[in-house]
Amino acid sequence: MPEPSPFRDGARAVAAVGIAVFGFGVSFGLLARSAGMGWLAPIVMSATTFAGSSQFAAASVLDAGGTVAAAIAAAVLLNARYGPIGISVAPSMEGGVWSRLVRAQLIVDETWAVSARGDGGFDVAKLTGAGLTLYAAWVVGTIVGVVFGSALGDPSTLGLDAAFPALFLALLIPHLRSRRAVLAALIGAAIALALIPIAPPGVPIVAAALGTLVGVRRR
Amino acid sequence: MSDAWVVVAGAALATIGIKAVGPVLLGGRRLPERLASAVQLLAPAVLAALVVTQTVSDGRSLAIDERIVGVAAAAVALRLRAPVLLVVVVAAVATALTRALWPG
Repeated sequence: MPEPSPFRDGARAVAAVGIAVFGFGVSFGLLARSAGMGWLAPIVMSATTFAGSSQFAAASVLDAGGTVAAAIAAAVLLNARYGPIGISVAPSMEGGVWSRLVRAQLIVDETWAVSARGDGGFDVAKLTGAGLTLYAAWVVGTIVGVVFGSALGDPSTLGLDAAFPALFLALLIPHLRSRRAVLAALIGAAIALALIPIAPPGVPIVAAALGTLVGVRRR
Repeated sequence: MSDAWVVVAGAALATIGIKAVGPVLLGGRRLPERLASAVQLLAPAVLAALVVTQTVSDGRSLAIDERIVGVAAAAVALRLRAPVLLVVVVAAVATALTRALWPG
């Protein structure tokens, strides 16, 4: 029996969703190429931005003939939630400034969710294991998409788009132990649902995060 | 520099900065009591919001499609205490089957 390793646990926890991340990396590579981004820029973007939905948003704005400013603004809106999410991880993240800066880049929804301990703290070793796994899947997927993209199918055919909400649902359930947590989940879901038809992408989730923070202060 | 590279640089710098704010400024330090209790509720609130947006949004508007079937199947699997890995696979298979059997 190997000794327990949070790093390996993290990698294992995102294994299934890693396949979906790879599949969407492929479609990002494909979309970015068809949006006229060339072959190198999409790969560099996946390696430096590492936040799938924001990269899709930026590439689709360019694809639709939008301006550079609009493409960057779409990416910023979609990633705004990582402000509060990063603050939630901060107390658990020790070490030097540069080490924290680098490890902070491995924070994405999936790695944040699997490393949450339920008491408000985070297992940073687990986050790192999960983060490096998904980073590899995302960057390699992008390379495959840029190079072979059109030969591969749409990941939606394999139902991979449903892998993400299923993972988030599975990770949500263990958090619903107190009435306050259930209430926070209901408020978050309601805010997101109400804003989907009227707000730009990304805003529903930021609003859900901020809505909770405000709601808690009032109590 | 082409538009694509400006977008790549802009999005990367903004994202790196947004992700780093908390860990770089507050790393290893305890949050004030009030913020800590709010942050504890961030996980359920944001996870619930992610479940909703990833299930019924196409990025611009509400979109009810085969993902609903996948998420419902995932909920049943969770109810039966299936491990997370299996839950994710069940959701993908249920969604793929629905798409294959009832092409929209």
